[in-house]
Amino acid sequence: MYKYDAIDQKIVDERVTQYRDQTRRYLAGELSEDEFRPLRLQNGLYIQRHAPMLRIAVPYGMLSSKQLRKLGDIAKKYDKDYGHFSTRQNLQLNWPKLEDTPDILAELATVEMHAIQTSGNCIRNITTDQFAGIAPDEIIDPRAMAEIMRQWSTFHPEFALLPRKFKIAVSGTKDDRAVVQAHDIGMEFYKDAAGKLAIKVWVGGGLGRTPILGSVIREHLEWQHALTYCEAIIRVYNLHGRRDNIYKARIKILVKALGIEEFKRQVEAEWAHLKDAPNTITEAELARVSTYFGVFDYAKLPAYDASFDATVASNPAFAAWVKRCTHAHKIPGYRAVTLSLKPHGKAPGDATSAQMHTVADLAEAYSFGELRVSHEQNLILADVKLSDLFAVWEKARANGLATPNIGLLTDIICCPGGDFCSLANAKSIPIAEAIQMQFDNLDYLHDIGDIELNISGCMNACGHHHVGHIGILGVDKDGSEWYQVSIGGKQGNDASIGAVIGPSFSAEEMPQVVQKLIDVYVKERTPEERFIDTVRRLGIAPFKAHVYARDPAKESATA
Amino acid sequence: MSNLIKFDIENKKASVVENEWQCVELPPSEVAERVQAGKVVLFKLTGENTVTEAQIANTVIPATGKVIVPLSVYAAKKDALAERMDASALGIWLDTHETLESLIAQFDDINRLPIIAIHVARFADGRIFSLGTLLRTRYGYKNELRAFGDVLRDQLFFLKRSGFTSFLIRADRSADEALASLNDFSAPYQGAVDEPKPVFQRYNRA
Ligand code: SF4
Repeated sequence: MYKYDAIDQKIVDERVTQYRDQTRRYLAGELSEDEFRPLRLQNGLYIQRHAPMLRIAVPYGMLSSKQLRKLGDIAKKYDKDYGHFSTRQNLQLNWPKLEDTPDILAELATVEMHAIQTSGNCIRNITTDQFAGIAPDEIIDPRAMAEIMRQWSTFHPEFALLPRKFKIAVSGTKDDRAVVQAHDIGMEFYKDAAGKLAIKVWVGGGLGRTPILGSVIREHLEWQHALTYCEAIIRVYNLHGRRDNIYKARIKILVKALGIEEFKRQVEAEWAHLKDAPNTITEAELARVSTYFGVFDYAKLPAYDASFDATVASNPAFAAWVKRCTHAHKIPGYRAVTLSLKPHGKAPGDATSAQMHTVADLAEAYSFGELRVSHEQNLILADVKLSDLFAVWEKARANGLATPNIGLLTDIICCPGGDFCSLANAKSIPIAEAIQMQFDNLDYLHDIGDIELNISGCMNACGHHHVGHIGILGVDKDGSEWYQVSIGGKQGNDASIGAVIGPSFSAEEMPQVVQKLIDVYVKERTPEERFIDTVRRLGIAPFKAHVYARDPAKESATA
Repeated sequence: MSNLIKFDIENKKASVVENEWQCVELPPSEVAERVQAGKVVLFKLTGENTVTEAQIANTVIPATGKVIVPLSVYAAKKDALAERMDASALGIWLDTHETLESLIAQFDDINRLPIIAIHVARFADGRIFSLGTLLRTRYGYKNELRAFGDVLRDQLFFLKRSGFTSFLIRADRSADEALASLNDFSAPYQGAVDEPKPVFQRYNRA
């Protein structure tokens, strides 16, 4: 993965110095609450319901063992011994002290990490596919471009104070695992007819209050122009995006107000001036950054390993884990491993300091000392030999990291919600835990098969509920917490936004509601259908009918 | 004590200096915001009021001295101000929601203006950075470019990189203390107005 040189290191060091002084001025009363807010936000610091929350950047989800150990140490020293991996592939600490945050940032800087632009109205952490560089279906490893874009967006002076947050995702596969269509800018890298690296650019996607999938603004952009083209888009947005209403300030609203054709016209007019400006990426720079990615010394292995196959055949628990938690690798004899941060009954995405150390050790021993954070809030060892899988499994299992539920119903994507987030309408973590307990039977889970369940505690949709096959949204009704349920959302190339099934439910009802949705699916499915396929075929009506069917027993009891 | 910081591009040095320009303000608007079906009618998409004719007519411009007048006032009183313009004793300021096209349209040569100032009403309003960048890179403006309004030290680095050369720090803050922030970062990654080359064009990082 990318390694800092003296220039990169100096920037994060100078950031620590700057932020230390800003915090000092705030604590000394020289900066008002309002003035300090944008400054702390650009350093990842929110003030939450109980305590500040610090969001640490994990650029495009890549971590080294050394970095993860440091994160574990920080969680232990400055927090309650655990951290939360978010859907933005970042790590959040929920209980740091404001006064400690400059020291935390200083410790992070020692392992080439920071919290720059992890919140605030600026260009956020650039995200990508967690299997970048190793996926068999990958056309281009997007990480070098993601790193070049990370550097370009860091303290970009023109875009330091945008109307609203701005998220960019990049992907190098046909099967889009980076959800590029749900980002302010999405870049899909591909090889054009001439065999050259090109980009399909999407703009104006986003979840949140007004869910919209992005529109294609350019089918073909030569890779050299990635930065200047983004500058053209963001400049039009910076000048014309709404600043009077926080709910109408995202770029998607501007794109919708102008129409994609007019928006595109303005961007292209701007780009006519910016094209070939000095920020145009050079071959040399792409080559330099590319040397940091995917340069492992892979062993020459056969595609099959006899002892691995034998263990799979004789050990059903291991076999179940291999089926759900390991993934194809482009190099023969290797697999990628997902370490589940979704054990049943625990907050999705949480990892203890001890678990972070365990994973760091595993990565060091079996996966070239690197790992990734997925936007599904799990950790990934990308390069494990078949012959090592059993050892990894045993160690992961002993540390609560091997629940074989990846891609299954209990692999819930869930925002921090009302337990931590001051914007929340309702709690989300207890709902996730209750659903996990409702379905705490692995055979049954495997029978239900591939399904995505997403929970957000409010309209801001950090849990991406709109694109969950089942989406749950916390809503506020007369000051109490309710949950609205939608079905039929999906991420990926054939993305769709879920449809709300009807009036909302109380927290206690939620496990049963999900159960009823699953019951309809199990009853109606054809042998090859996943939940989402059945919903798409039948529409929401049969699901709605069953969920809202009167329960005669209950009625006579209350009558 | 002056609250004006001036950045000398040649020497790359900033210092606190006396302010020789007087800024002419618009009188408050008497037109109440018109709202229709919950939407403000007089607003642009970005949500600000436009200047009214009454405001322009009631603007008081001091008879002597160097003044910076609002763009809307200059457009309406161009002839009356011609002499002061010729004497390089007139500058123009605009708000962040005004368009540069409307400024450029007033001049054959934008560099006849000794100073352009941009007023930022709220710290969080980052349009000022794009406006500065465009004035320098698109319209070839070379003279003093000033930021005023809700200007605090924590914008200075970005303002400087966006082509601004003078900064009128908000009255309740010290310009002396703000000076240091111009150099918060010594080697920025991306090209911008003050240093057009990105880091990969400036250094051999291999
Ligand atoms: S979705 Fe709402 S409740 Fe959940 S983390 Fe985001 S802002 Fe907070």
